[in-house]
Amino acid sequence: MKRGIITALLILICFLLQCTVFRFLAFGGIVPNLLIVLTASFGFMRGEKTGLIIGFFCGLLVDIFFASVIGYYALLYMYIGYMNGKFSSIFYPQDIKLPVALILCSDFFYGTICYVILFLLRSRFDFMYYLLHIILPEIVYTIVVTLLLYPLVLWINNRLERSELRSGKKFV
Amino acid sequence: MSPIVKKKGEKFTLPSKYLLFILTILCTGMVLLTFNTTVFSGPLSAVAGYVVVPFEEGISAVGSWLSGRSEELASIRVLLTENEALKQKVDELTIENTRLQQDRYELTNLRQLYNLDTQYDEYEKTGARIIAKDSGNWFYSFVINKGAADGIAVDMNVMAGSGLVGRVVAVGPNWAKVKSIIADDSNVSAMVLASSDNLVVSGNLKLYNSGVIEFGQLIDSDNVVVEGDKIVTSNISDKFLPGILIGYVNTINSDANNLTKSGYITPAVDFEHLEEVLVIMEMKQTVEE
Repeated sequence: MKRGIITALLILICFLLQCTVFRFLAFGGIVPNLLIVLTASFGFMRGEKTGLIIGFFCGLLVDIFFASVIGYYALLYMYIGYMNGKFSSIFYPQDIKLPVALILCSDFFYGTICYVILFLLRSRFDFMYYLLHIILPEIVYTIVVTLLLYPLVLWINNRLERSELRSGKKFV
Repeated sequence: MSPIVKKKGEKFTLPSKYLLFILTILCTGMVLLTFNTTVFSGPLSAVAGYVVVPFEEGISAVGSWLSGRSEELASIRVLLTENEALKQKVDELTIENTRLQQDRYELTNLRQLYNLDTQYDEYEKTGARIIAKDSGNWFYSFVINKGAADGIAVDMNVMAGSGLVGRVVAVGPNWAKVKSIIADDSNVSAMVLASSDNLVVSGNLKLYNSGVIEFGQLIDSDNVVVEGDKIVTSNISDKFLPGILIGYVNTINSDANNLTKSGYITPAVDFEHLEEVLVIMEMKQTVEE
């Protein structure tokens, strides 16, 4: 219950930051993708199921406000969360390399799928341009933000796990 | 190992791959349903509106205030040197101002002749503040702080200053989503004001940084359209009211087919620093199908 509320708050805060505050901090019109950081980190910290549920809700929020159809981003984020969950067995909290690498891959996957579905299918063929001007800058900015946001998410998760252990509840 | 086998004493939980499968079908279903209809947008946008929009309004008010302050700080040094030069200029300009006031009467008369600005005034407009911009980097749409409760409806036109910004594509009770004309998937039917030739103005992500938008399919066999011509929304558009200024022709080229022309338009609106917009409360009259 506590975990649910805190996770929902995290999603909401990240979404709000991404479409308000970071718009003012955008470099060359590029904003970092906080929701990917959140989805991916809960994926490899907590496993496939948590990853896909959080991804689903992150995507749904984006869908409602900014997409032309509902369900597209939900689907995309959900699969990203699920795939990151596959790595939960080799995840150790002390190690920062795996999370950064996974978030990098997730954002690249996100960018590429967005390009293919939203642009390539409308016959915008110049992949190199979009790669260099949209996808890569977004990845770089996201990684920079990851270095700040990820320790926070990890700390929140650790606190939650400890309090769940203390109250004797079973955790999934 | 069967995924539904219960471990000792554990209560039944749905394995993640089944959950993934179920949600995938749900999402695909929603995509297909919302592709042409607006079934879910009512309740979903209402819920989201009450949860998210109040925060967005607050944050973006603070954010725009902060970015305003930081810009001020950065520009103080420049301003000091500029101040000296400007003081001298004030004297020159006071003299010039008197002369210009005479010109203004002339301009007002000419505008009346042009009949463009008076046309805008006929439309009932309402001001709205931008509270959130697209969370991704692929499209340019934003959320404003007025919605169905303020009388906003889908397909209403949105302006800023004297130029066209876009149109409302979704409404919640207290918010509305605006798709701008510079978004990559946007196409606007327009015409050249001087010659009434029709053309199509489309946004392009590649041109964001150069500050122009594309146009195409201009049939101009007499070669009368020149750079600097005003482009306004056309009277045959389904969604846009006629005669709203879009921008000015920047470059114009003949297409390979030698029949049509295409090129770039400089928009009349500064999309980079957009904070407040005007929503035209009137809608384009369309023929019932």
